Amino acid sequence: MNNFKTLMNGVVTENPTFVLLLGMCPTLGTTSSALNGFSMGIATLFVLVCSNVVISSIKNIIPDMVRIPAFVVVIASFVSLLQMIMQAYTPALYSSLGIFIPLIVVNCILLGRAEAFAAKNKVIPSLFDGLGMGLGFTMALTILGAVRELIGTGKIFSVSLYPEQYGMLLFVLAPGAFIALGYLIAVVNKIKGKA
Amino acid sequence: MKKLQSSLKNMLLVLTSICVIATAILAYVNQLTTGPIAQAKTVALKTAIAEVVPGFDNNPAAEVKTVTLTIEGKELTFKVYPASKENKSIGAAVESVTLGFGGDLRVLVGFDPEGNILNYSILETSETPGLGSRASMWFQKGAKGSIIGDSPKDTPFTVSKDGGQVEAITASTITSRAFLKAVNQAYMAYTDKETSQTTTQN
Repeated sequence: MNNFKTLMNGVVTENPTFVLLLGMCPTLGTTSSALNGFSMGIATLFVLVCSNVVISSIKNIIPDMVRIPAFVVVIASFVSLLQMIMQAYTPALYSSLGIFIPLIVVNCILLGRAEAFAAKNKVIPSLFDGLGMGLGFTMALTILGAVRELIGTGKIFSVSLYPEQYGMLLFVLAPGAFIALGYLIAVVNKIKGKA
Repeated sequence: MKKLQSSLKNMLLVLTSICVIATAILAYVNQLTTGPIAQAKTVALKTAIAEVVPGFDNNPAAEVKTVTLTIEGKELTFKVYPASKENKSIGAAVESVTLGFGGDLRVLVGFDPEGNILNYSILETSETPGLGSRASMWFQKGAKGSIIGDSPKDTPFTVSKDGGQVEAITASTITSRAFLKAVNQAYMAYTDKETSQTTTQN
């Protein structure tokens, strides 16, 4: 499998949100607006690429029986790094994502890709796998956030399209996340079924 | 390179060295970012003060006073940033913390000398994005739950659900309650400061 195929695998064929249904917690939690979904996706993308690269380059010196704790330490370190850097240089973004940044650690996409891909492949393909999965995740979160923001508040990326009082508040709340995600997965399956 | 065997010695060695390296990197970055984080916070505080009590020419952040009050049996500390223009007091910004829905809710409230609210700014929040986090807009002038220009002098602010006069944020009553509590406490801290000042002047 070449690198481009690995990249597209994460974005389309095995999209972590729409196809693998991994990382549902941040997906449902952060997508109350398109911007929040997008920022969360980018933050996850950064950690995913870094952890995939590091894990695949040190995979041979990690004994099999302790590989999970070793992976978790690597992932947690990158998340803490990201948290400190965001707090220092992008305080506005940091305060809008709040608690969800440290929770990237427990996002199962990260450990899932480390275990399923980075631990078995070379550094460069792992980089592309992280990039593809991260982009797929970002895309899915942005779409879901945009749908919920539009139906819930009449805005996309805070640009008002119709008055807020006609919005269905339900879509900004948790049940709306499940409903919107369900319909989006149905649409994706329909499109993929045709192709 | 061949994969290492899962012997006890190998496992201990590898895990320990990974943790040591990770700690070293994090400690280094922590040291690197402590400065900018503190700086970002001071800048945020200064802009917030300028927003809630506009028009001062002193340095409120440098003249900060701490006020300790006992509210509901608990000792709470407030930071009062006095604002003055040409040595005449034009009010103060009061920092107040309450427990919101997702954690601490840190609010900066600006009062004019009569105790009316000039403006407010939310310094720190862990409220739900898209719901409770809307508190930063909801209570502003012209918005649904506007508290600007009012004062909690006669009756403390409460949400309409609790028989009060302020409309709560839709689907975020807990955040609204916490926010209004923070404002009420800020007012108490502000008036306490005012009285203590007059006693020293007399």
